[in-house]
Amino acid sequence: MLDDFMIRAALAGVGVAVVAGVLGCFLVWRRMAYFGDATAHAALLGVAISLALNLSIFTGVLVICLIVALMVTSLSERSLGLDSLLGTFAHAALAIGLVAVSLTKGVRADLSAYLFGDILAVSRADLAVIWLGAAVVLVLILSRWQALLTVTLSPELAHASGIAPRRENMLLTLALAISVAVAIKVVGALLIIALMLIPASAARPLARNPEGMAILASLIGVVSVALGLWGSFAYDTPTGPSIVCAAALFFALSALIGRVRMG
Amino acid sequence: MNAPTKLPLIQTQNLRLSQAGRVVLDHVNFEIDLGEIVTIVGPNGSGKTSLLRALIGALQPERGIITRAENLRIGYVPQKLHIDRSLPVTVARFLSMPRRHSPAEIATALHQAGLPDLGARQMTELSGGQFQRVLLARAILDRPTLLILDEATQGLDQPGSAAFYTQIEDLRREVGCAVLMVSHELHVVMSASDRVICLNGHICCEGRPETVASAPEYRALFGTGTHGALALYRHEHSHSHDHDHDHGHAHSHDHSPEKVQ
Repeated sequence: MLDDFMIRAALAGVGVAVVAGVLGCFLVWRRMAYFGDATAHAALLGVAISLALNLSIFTGVLVICLIVALMVTSLSERSLGLDSLLGTFAHAALAIGLVAVSLTKGVRADLSAYLFGDILAVSRADLAVIWLGAAVVLVLILSRWQALLTVTLSPELAHASGIAPRRENMLLTLALAISVAVAIKVVGALLIIALMLIPASAARPLARNPEGMAILASLIGVVSVALGLWGSFAYDTPTGPSIVCAAALFFALSALIGRVRMG
Repeated sequence: MNAPTKLPLIQTQNLRLSQAGRVVLDHVNFEIDLGEIVTIVGPNGSGKTSLLRALIGALQPERGIITRAENLRIGYVPQKLHIDRSLPVTVARFLSMPRRHSPAEIATALHQAGLPDLGARQMTELSGGQFQRVLLARAILDRPTLLILDEATQGLDQPGSAAFYTQIEDLRREVGCAVLMVSHELHVVMSASDRVICLNGHICCEGRPETVASAPEYRALFGTGTHGALALYRHEHSHSHDHDHDHGHAHSHDHSPEKVQ
């Protein structure tokens, strides 16, 4: 069954979408969209380093994303004006990554595969890495679910309940870095955050509790992957962007439903 | 059997707190025992909230020690809590963070905080008063030994906040916890407190409400008749004080029963 590239693509997409939905909720709740962008765009630098040092893409991207995410976190703790700082980081990381990949001699790297993903080329080994990474992220988040939610609501309430916000924030940062590293093959550095933010935002008007929103976001992500794959096959469109288009469609629908309900 | 030595729930010794490199509070020796109601008053920027933040562990002291008793469980009601509209959460779900509670426990806590059963409502749909009471319900759900309230009645009208404080006193009786609160509403708070601490970068004065109300340090900060706040303690000359400041007025009353032949 895994011999079929479409099946492999679908399985890879589902693995990434489930994790992206859950993690995306935290990005939305904490208004960390830019933070996610800064981290994800740095992935390209990770690709360049992996190619230069002959490492696996996953390793290089994971390490670089972690470093950038930690840098951004510690910088943001010290200064305000966070959005411009994050914007600077995100675009600088992207530009440096593009330059670095082009400087990598002897490798004819297909840039667009890293920018927009190449889900139809997912191998069995890729699939194993994706599902393993996704499982690790899910276990991390679910095991600390209550604490993460409390910190998200209010660091102060968390302190009073004996939860250390810094530790939980680090955990989220780690989860984000792993997710980006896992997802780069599927949707690419530019669209990873879209696959996190859009399903979560689409789930918001339909949810009453955090758990409901997270489950719905994952579901919307999974269906978007299926629709996107089908669309790209039927109309010969690029797969990663097709998946994001499908998610955006759900977002528009849900916003409409939310509007109607509000009266 | 030896009587257990009575340790304060929480105690600070020579505490110094800084924020953004500026010392906001210094030389603070503070303690609170089980069952006590203590109120902190002081002008804006006097370090009230910083002290509370240090007690709950959100602010690391620059100097000094904080000692916490083993049975210390803090229920914290913050000054305000903004719940982002992107986060859907019902009242019942909010009350189960971070520890899960049964629907029965949640209903009881809501009732104790003076609320009807609105567990199914979204947090963002609540009125200001309801929201503060839900915060209170959440704080008491974990059976705290110390309830900390940071200007918890901000945004409530006078009757609303008076009712809120009555609730706190009832709760203290029911739950048996200590209560530490920061407030601007001197009259309500002072009448309900066992002890008042007046802060302004350090502890200016502390003691029973009527003692503090007539202390010169307190009057220098709040005046004598702040918003008619001290009406309850008009008998300004009637107590003798054991602090060594010159009051400029005579303590002429003698409280020992007169021996009349």
